[in-house]
Amino acid sequence: MKIIVCMKQVPAGTKVEIDPETGSMKRMSEEARTNPYDLFALESALQLKEQLSGTVSVLTMGPPQAEEMMRDAYAMGADEATILSDRKFAGADVLATSYTLSQGIQMLGGADLIICGKQTTDGDTAQVGPAIAEHLDIPHAAWVSEILDADEHSIRVRQNLASVSQIIEIPYPCLITVDKDICVPRLPSYRLMCRTKERPVKTFGFKDMPDQNLSRYGLIGSPTSVEKMFAPPETEKQVYFDGSSQEKANALMNILISKRIL
Amino acid sequence: MDFLKFDSDKCSLCGICVKKCPFGALSIESNTIVLNEKCRMCRLCIRNCPEKAIHFEQQINSVDKNVWRNFLIFAEQERGDIHPVVFELLGEARKMAAKVGYQVRCVIIGGTGTSENARKLLEYGADKVYVYEHPGFETFRADCYSDAVSDCIASVKPSSVLIGATSLGRSLAPRLSTRFHTGLTADCTTLDIKANTDMIQIRPAFGGNIMAQIAITHSRPQFATVRYRVMDPAAKVPHPTSEVIRCPVSEDMVRSKIGVVSVNILEKKKTLEEEEIIVAVGRGAGNEAGAAICRELAEALGGQLAYTRPMVENGFGDTAHQIGLSGRTVRPKLIITCGVSGAIQFTSCMTGAEYIVAINNDPNAQIFKCANYCIVHDLYEIVPRLTSLVKNRKEGNDHGISL
Repeated sequence: MKIIVCMKQVPAGTKVEIDPETGSMKRMSEEARTNPYDLFALESALQLKEQLSGTVSVLTMGPPQAEEMMRDAYAMGADEATILSDRKFAGADVLATSYTLSQGIQMLGGADLIICGKQTTDGDTAQVGPAIAEHLDIPHAAWVSEILDADEHSIRVRQNLASVSQIIEIPYPCLITVDKDICVPRLPSYRLMCRTKERPVKTFGFKDMPDQNLSRYGLIGSPTSVEKMFAPPETEKQVYFDGSSQEKANALMNILISKRIL
Repeated sequence: MDFLKFDSDKCSLCGICVKKCPFGALSIESNTIVLNEKCRMCRLCIRNCPEKAIHFEQQINSVDKNVWRNFLIFAEQERGDIHPVVFELLGEARKMAAKVGYQVRCVIIGGTGTSENARKLLEYGADKVYVYEHPGFETFRADCYSDAVSDCIASVKPSSVLIGATSLGRSLAPRLSTRFHTGLTADCTTLDIKANTDMIQIRPAFGGNIMAQIAITHSRPQFATVRYRVMDPAAKVPHPTSEVIRCPVSEDMVRSKIGVVSVNILEKKKTLEEEEIIVAVGRGAGNEAGAAICRELAEALGGQLAYTRPMVENGFGDTAHQIGLSGRTVRPKLIITCGVSGAIQFTSCMTGAEYIVAINNDPNAQIFKCANYCIVHDLYEIVPRLTSLVKNRKEGNDHGISL
C-alpha cells in the first residue's frame, strides 16, 4: 500500500505589513510552521501503514526551507519526502498548485491513497485536495472525519457534509481530505529523528515534471490573478448606547437587524 | 473551442469511445477520431479509453467571452430543501447580471423531489433552471455531481458559475474549475462585475488581515464560491415567467466509483466553534439565575451559550462550551458578552468575531476595549429586554416572508 500525504508550510503568524502608499503587501511574517491540518493527514497515513504495511511519502510544493517540515515528517515516521521547488512554480493559484502536485504524484509513480489536510491556515480555501483528484481523474472524499476500515483495495470512511454524515467506500486510487480531530498526531520522535538524519529530502523542479508545458505551472498557469491587495475596512468605531435599559436594548436590536444578523 | 484532444500516436482505433459516448458525438473517419458538436463534455471517453489517448484541454488565453454568457448558480439541496445560500447567490447574481444584460440560470441536482424544489428558484428570479433528477443523485458523490454539473456547463456555457461555500460546494467547485481549466476564487466576500464581464472578486487573504481583489481575465467560466450569510438574499419576483428544464440523466452519469454505505441525516447541532451567534456569560452574571436569562437570550437568537473559565470552574458548563485559552477559540458573526470582565485569556480567543457586544455594569471593564457595541448597564435589566425583542422579531418573521 502506497500512501502520499500532501503537506504545506504556512506562515506562523497572520501579521501582514501593508505599504500605506501603494496599498500592497510589504511583508509577511517570515516564520513558518507546518499547516496544522496536515499533521492529521500524516498521522492518518502512518496509522494505515502500521495496520496494512506499505509506505508513506510526504509531498510539498514550496521553497527549499520546507525541508524543516519534511525532517519532522521523517521523525514522525514518513518513509520518503519530496519537495517540488522551482521559481517556475511560484505564484500558483488553485489550478496550478494542484496541477504541480498532481504532476509530482505521477513523478513518484502514483499512489493507492492520497491524503490531504482539510485546508491550510493561510489560504483557507480547502480546494487544492479535490482539484488534485480531478487532475488525476480519481474519486475523492472531502471532510473525512473517521477512517472506519481499509484493506488492500479500498477504504471506508465517514464524511461529514454539514447536514449529513455519510459512510462511503472508495476503491484505490483515491484521495481523501481529513478533518481535524480525526486522530491525535504523534509528536516527532527523537529516536526516529536521529535515525533519519542522513535520509535525504528529495527536491525536484520543473525539469523533472512529466508535463513539460510551462504554461501549466506557476503564475502563467494560474487563471486567477490578484488585481490588488488592501487593508480591510477599519473596524467600526466603538459605539456606546445611552438611555434607559429599554432604549439601550432597542438600539442594539436595530443594529443587529441592520447588520442582517437577525 | 476544443475540449477534447485525441493523441493519434496512442490511439489504437479500438472504437470503445465511439461506442461508449452517450451522445453519439464521436466517430471514426479516415483512421482518426472525429468529435462533433453533440459533445457534452461528460468525459466518459477519457475514462473508457484503454490507451489513455484522450485528454481534456482548453487553451488558456483563447477564450471568446461572447461565447460564454450569463450566470449559472449551483442550487444545493440540504435536508430535502434548497440551501438558503442559493437565494443569496441568486440575489448577488441578479445585481451583476443587470449590469451586463445577462440572465441568471440555476442547475439543481438530486433525487426524487428535485423538480419541486427547482420551481422555488423561479420565484426568486432564476431565468432558467436546469434539473438533473435521478435516484442516483439522492446522496452526494463528488464524481457524479461533477459529471452532471459539467454536462450543464458544457451545454449552457455560462460566463460565471457561483457555488455556495458549503462543505458540499467546496468539494464540488474545485473539481469543476479544474475540469474546465479555469479559475476559482473561494469564499468571496464581495462580488461585482466589469463591463467586459470579468467579475471583481474580493476575499480575505492570509487569515483575514488583508483583502485581495481577484480577477479571472483569460478563461471561462469564472468560478466563485460564497459563504452562507455573506450576501443579501434575492427578493421574490411577483409573476415568474421563467421555466424549469429537465435534463436527461444517463446511466453513466450516475455511475460512481464511490459506494455509499449509509447516510445519517444529522440533527441541527453545532459545536461552539461553528456557532454563528454566541452569548458568553461571565462571573458578573453571578449565579444560576443570571446564566438562565443569558441562555434564554442565546436560544432566542438561535445561538449557543458559552462560559468564561471562572464560570466553568464554578460548575457551569464544560470546556467544550468555554471560551478562552484553556477552552475554545471562536469567531462567530456575533458574540454578546454578559458580565464578562474581559481578561486577555478570554478576549484573545474571541476577537475574531465580526461583531462584539459587551454588557457589563462596570464602565472600566477590560471587555469594553475590544467591543464594537458597549452597554454599560446591569445585565439583569438589559438581557431579558433584548430576549423579548428578539422573540417578537422572530415571531413576526415566521408569519411573514423571511427570505
